[in-house]
Amino acid sequence: MSKYYLNYLDELESEAIFVLREVWAQFDNPVILFSGGKDSILVTHLAKKAFYPAKIPFPLMHVDTGHNFPETIQFRDDIIKELGVQLIVGSVQESIDEGRVAEERGKNATRNALQITTLLDAIEANKIDCAIGGGRRDEEKARAKERFFSHRDDFGQWDPKNQRPELWNIFNGKHFEGEHFRAFPISNWTEMDVWNYIKRENIAIPSLYFAHEREVVWRQESWIPNSEFLVLEDHEEIVTKKIRFRTLGDITITGGIESDADTLEKIADEVSGMRQTERGNRSDDKRSESAMEDRKRQGYF
Amino acid sequence: MLDNNQLLRFTTAGSVDDGKSTLIGRLLYDSKSIFEDQLQAIENTSKKKGHEGVDLALFTDGLRDEREQGITIDVAYRYFTTPKRKFIIADTPGHIQYTRNMVTGASTANAAIILVDARHGVIEQTRRHSFIASLLQIPHVIVCINKMDLVNFSEEAYNKVIEQFEEFSSKMLVKDVRFIPISALLGDNVVNRSQNMDWYQGAPLLHTLETMHISSDINKVDARFPVQTVLRPQRDGFIDYRGYAGRVASGVFRKGDEVTIMPSGFNSKIKSIDTLDGELEEAFAPMSVSITLEDDIDISRGDMIVRSNNKPEASQDLEVMLCWLHNDSAKPRAKYTIKHTSNEQKAMIKEVVYKYDINTLERNMDDKELGMNDISKVKIRTTKPLMVDSYRENRTTGSIILVDDATNETVAAGMIV
Repeated sequence: MSKYYLNYLDELESEAIFVLREVWAQFDNPVILFSGGKDSILVTHLAKKAFYPAKIPFPLMHVDTGHNFPETIQFRDDIIKELGVQLIVGSVQESIDEGRVAEERGKNATRNALQITTLLDAIEANKIDCAIGGGRRDEEKARAKERFFSHRDDFGQWDPKNQRPELWNIFNGKHFEGEHFRAFPISNWTEMDVWNYIKRENIAIPSLYFAHEREVVWRQESWIPNSEFLVLEDHEEIVTKKIRFRTLGDITITGGIESDADTLEKIADEVSGMRQTERGNRSDDKRSESAMEDRKRQGYF
Repeated sequence: MLDNNQLLRFTTAGSVDDGKSTLIGRLLYDSKSIFEDQLQAIENTSKKKGHEGVDLALFTDGLRDEREQGITIDVAYRYFTTPKRKFIIADTPGHIQYTRNMVTGASTANAAIILVDARHGVIEQTRRHSFIASLLQIPHVIVCINKMDLVNFSEEAYNKVIEQFEEFSSKMLVKDVRFIPISALLGDNVVNRSQNMDWYQGAPLLHTLETMHISSDINKVDARFPVQTVLRPQRDGFIDYRGYAGRVASGVFRKGDEVTIMPSGFNSKIKSIDTLDGELEEAFAPMSVSITLEDDIDISRGDMIVRSNNKPEASQDLEVMLCWLHNDSAKPRAKYTIKHTSNEQKAMIKEVVYKYDINTLERNMDDKELGMNDISKVKIRTTKPLMVDSYRENRTTGSIILVDDATNETVAAGMIV
């Protein structure tokens, strides 16, 4: 007699598939927000499962800051080809050129916050009523209060104190013209769950996650990669280190960690022994205690 | 046998000063689920606030307003894993005005932790929290008698709380209630066994959560499959494929099973149960699969596939325990959208039978108003039949929400009687 219960990874998978199918059923024009990071790759993999044997029935959307790792863009293009789905690109560079946003100045200038405008413009231009993201509640304290179906007003803003209650597995995606939703199928996954699942399913991820030799500079407690955008300060020095990235964002702000983990097994082992949160290496979250909450309220991922 | 590696969802409820945040902080800290940068951050904040040592309660601080006011506004979800299980905590605020959040957190929970201050014993809020746990049919309730260090770890104080609790809980429907004497502040009986209470023979909290039998929490008898969407790939190899995508709500479906499609009543047989990873012989709750049938039948979202010898009731008249979740009170005889599994219809609240006085737990037959946080028994009429089971039998096919079409807001949650 078999045991009629699921282990937790299977239960998380089933929950995410359920959420993705609800999105498809309740919205006219959803997209997956695809950054090329492991979480959005995982969501895409789960979407493949949710609609098999049909293709993923909606496009992937990439908000391109222009400050990408080349490996990420290559990976994105490969996966689009493999899945046979449409790719929508929102370009931060275009937003800058059109005068919609202004480049940040100063030493730690990034295009991180500029993405919000580009993202909301792309959502509006493509009449998207639900953007599916790879956000997880364990990532950050503002995200701990996020719903599976998260309502955004017609300015794309999140009102954390006035969220729709979400009971059982009944999701309310009703919205008025101009409003949209964010949906988070992997809300209940932790970083460890993601790695264990990627390992189990043998999901392809960008080479950046695996240990490799790279030119880097030590800044804000992590190894920032050398790139055409890097402005060296007097005391800083470029060195070559064997590193890997725990999360992927813009090449300008994503810090690597020294590591020898060059297989999925080794990465999962390494992550299980980690004593720092993964966003600890992201300088965008170090700006203030409510940095993430403030960006989310305005419409960030 | 221990059912290992499962997911256990629990909710925590307590009054403002019962030490709920400290307990969660203690669970995370002692189970080594806290990262160094998180610890560093709260050490800094503790110092800034002039606290002695590390204030574990700070782990659960969330939004900026909450930090400023020192209270929890919304349900927050926390995660930790031990070698035995993965846990999801729905951390719900304990204030009187936030019944709505507690109901939300309770709706998916396997277990509820109810905190009682050993010095004060069972108070009104304890009763209210227990009532909601019972109403939402949380299968397991763990009453943690906290602050035992402030009553000299006295067995008498512990027994007194049990006595008080059992006195009022006899009317409730919770099947499994346990009592654990703890000190969240000092860590006694949270993760590690207390050295101060030899008289307590039971397990500490974490061990209890790790070993509690939860496999039978899901209904394994009544096979129910609400159809979410229809999969028609129309590509090579799958030209005529027509799969019904959904998540098994309860029970088990096997290839070859005789099934009935509701509400149409057509009968067929299960031809295959498909996933990307291959065909399955059987699917059980809560698996997400695609089911194909032997016969070509018109099926769409909102329909339910059930085993022919065990059907839910198809009904337009429902008796529901309704919890009102919105600032705007219900308008008399107003129409709402009712959502039930993947089905959606229009509905009208025809009658308020009674309202619970949430403090005395008595029924008030005269109060017909439905306002924020009210829990009432109502009669609802829907435009088309819903395929329902009683909530007591089935949490998925026995639950509904109401949506106000004027605002699109979720205004109420209900459990079918």
